[in-house]
Amino acid sequence: MATAQQSGAAPVPGAASLRAPGTRTARHGSIERSRGRMSYLFVSGYTVLLFTFGLAPTLYAAYLSLTKEGQFVGFDNFVQVIQDFRFGPAVLHVALFVLFWLAGLVLFVVVLSLLVHGLASRGLSTGLRFVYYIPGALAGASSVMLWLFVLDPTVSPVSWVLHAMGMQTFVQTVSPANLPVIFAIIAFWTGAGGWIVVLYGALNNVPGEVMEAAKIDGAGRLRTALSIQLPMMRKWISYMAVMSLAAGTQLFVEPRILSQASKGVVPVDYSLNQLAYLYAFKQTDHNGSAAIAILLLVVSLGLSMFFVIKGGLFERD
Amino acid sequence: MSLRTRSAGRTRFGRLGLVAALAVPALALSACGGGGSGSGADSPYGFEAEEQEADSPITVWVDASREPAVDAFTKAHPDVPVNVETYDGGANGSGSFQTKITAFDQAGSGWPDVVFSTQNNDAAWAAVGQTPFAAPLDQGYFDQEFLDGFTPGALDPTTVDGTVYGLRNDLASVVTWYDQSLFDEFGYEVPTTWEEYEELGKQVAEEHPGYIVGSVGDAWAPEVYFWGAKAPINTVTGTDGFSADMSDPTTVKMAETLDSLIDSGSVVQDSVFDAEFVKKYTGKVLMLPGPIWFSGALFQNADSLDAPKGTIAAGLPLAWEGEEAATGNVGGGTWFISQHSKNLEAAKTFLEFVTSADDYQVDLAPGLPAYASAADKWLGNQAKSGYFAGDFAEDVTTASGQVWDGWGYPRFSQEAVFAKTVTPELAAGKKLVDLLPDWQTALENEAQVNGYTVE
Repeated sequence: MATAQQSGAAPVPGAASLRAPGTRTARHGSIERSRGRMSYLFVSGYTVLLFTFGLAPTLYAAYLSLTKEGQFVGFDNFVQVIQDFRFGPAVLHVALFVLFWLAGLVLFVVVLSLLVHGLASRGLSTGLRFVYYIPGALAGASSVMLWLFVLDPTVSPVSWVLHAMGMQTFVQTVSPANLPVIFAIIAFWTGAGGWIVVLYGALNNVPGEVMEAAKIDGAGRLRTALSIQLPMMRKWISYMAVMSLAAGTQLFVEPRILSQASKGVVPVDYSLNQLAYLYAFKQTDHNGSAAIAILLLVVSLGLSMFFVIKGGLFERD
Repeated sequence: MSLRTRSAGRTRFGRLGLVAALAVPALALSACGGGGSGSGADSPYGFEAEEQEADSPITVWVDASREPAVDAFTKAHPDVPVNVETYDGGANGSGSFQTKITAFDQAGSGWPDVVFSTQNNDAAWAAVGQTPFAAPLDQGYFDQEFLDGFTPGALDPTTVDGTVYGLRNDLASVVTWYDQSLFDEFGYEVPTTWEEYEELGKQVAEEHPGYIVGSVGDAWAPEVYFWGAKAPINTVTGTDGFSADMSDPTTVKMAETLDSLIDSGSVVQDSVFDAEFVKKYTGKVLMLPGPIWFSGALFQNADSLDAPKGTIAAGLPLAWEGEEAATGNVGGGTWFISQHSKNLEAAKTFLEFVTSADDYQVDLAPGLPAYASAADKWLGNQAKSGYFAGDFAEDVTTASGQVWDGWGYPRFSQEAVFAKTVTPELAAGKKLVDLLPDWQTALENEAQVNGYTVE
């Protein structure tokens, strides 16, 4: 919105010189107005969707979370869900998953994109980016189905790895202690490729003269990466962290499918979102469900703020 | 100027958003308020039915194993349009039946007309609530004469406060499956008590390693072993009382029996439906306590254990020494009809067909039909084919009458709790006896969130 306004305000060079002197201000004003209207039109689609599927449900959830059967009950619903015996474990599960995933994502995506960017051969670099991206093209649920086979030592193509780690059966593989790492690996596999492409693009934006200056000053590959490329990618990395955090705290599809496949060994109440789902559709307690949703929102917003501020995401160059 | 326009825009949209936000719940509430234009509680069905549409198709949800039932129906009744949808049948306590129905309740439309569920305890929630899903069947909807045709006790799990809300598909009492040919070969006696069972398990592990006497790898292991052992760990009193006593001597004794057999290797932790189970144990199942439906699901199934004719027998349930034998029950699916159905006549025709008609229950069904006349014919067929050794019909009928009444049907799934609390720990090498306290806590927690008072 801000950028649209600004470019609307700036006269297009060259166009002004064609105008007759006297009419300049009036003309300029009408162009600005029509551009302003256009920019509203352009953002209106997004705004409508944002209100319908983003803000309105959020407000409705906030309303639900503070009421019960239409009566205002303060924080009763929050107290109830927090005291639920399933809440603590679910928070722990999601926290561990997000921790493993974000750490893995930031580390490996940055390293891989630096490596791919540093490749001398253009063909190899393009090919690798394409290969990284492929898993992301699979829809969430179907990629989990694929992992069901990878994780079952009796049919897995990498069963020797699982055997080496002492896992002889599917139940042993999906034991509670392994789950955060398993979900992190699945999420990394499906999501990392897209981010590698994004960070690759960010690396392309590092000005050539800066890189050249670094080279002349005698900086090696590592030094350049640490002192030049990384600081200039900071915003993109925190953007990735914010987006992934939002997705990660909503963990649902992976445990849901693993639960069915493991015949219930992976519990149906593993993640917070699953718990919210059970509240809404098993206990028919939509107020409790909304309370969990609001708690998730508050925590994700808080953590996102951290990344936004630390990463300087809203700073302007 | 540009700044001012922006903030003005924001407030305008902000107000719009607020209006939208308030309008959405208002709409949702008004949608909930509009009830169905039913024909009143004094309708011939005994509940407030929707306006009926004679030729409207019925939507039927079944699990994959019940698809032949729908096929048989469409063949026998080509005039009744049926839309069939396959789902997991709520197996292993996944709760998918309930969660899907609640979503439709919320939406106010979209319910299926007929649902098959593998879980006996589904009537406990489907019959209650402000708008219960399940239609009462014995308040004028179905002929009492037809309902009387079920094996006595078969409809108990689906009877809530004296009203029948669903029809049983099959009887699923646990019997003691054993391989007569292996017993002859090894020179063993078929055990009749749990004590002898434990002895035999240890003996075969020593003398013929690789042969098995049971499995605890499925979510229904509690129903097979603990229900049959009369362990009071699923006691429902009244409508809202629940207790699970894991320190009861029977519970502990059964846990110890299983621990020693798991140790020896003759009770395994593979699910009987895993490909690995079939690969490892085809021809090596000496004994396997399990529900009657193992007959068609495992033994007489080319894709599973595929036992040769005349080898497998369904023995009587085991007893503790000096006590009377009792047995458990593993599912035995249930058919429900939706109160929201717009074609109750077609739904009734469907249910009568799939529970009692020879075309399905006698000719195709993998387990013992719950409908008495079909059960007789099914058992007669089994006897005629001579597939099973021993007195199959006699033993199966006896077992059906021995289901212990100390286990209730709570609104949550025993199976799901066992699967998530006990199964992974057993796989990690822990002892069942040591897991009993955790299991009890998990059951009590689950009972509490489902509105039970733990006693």
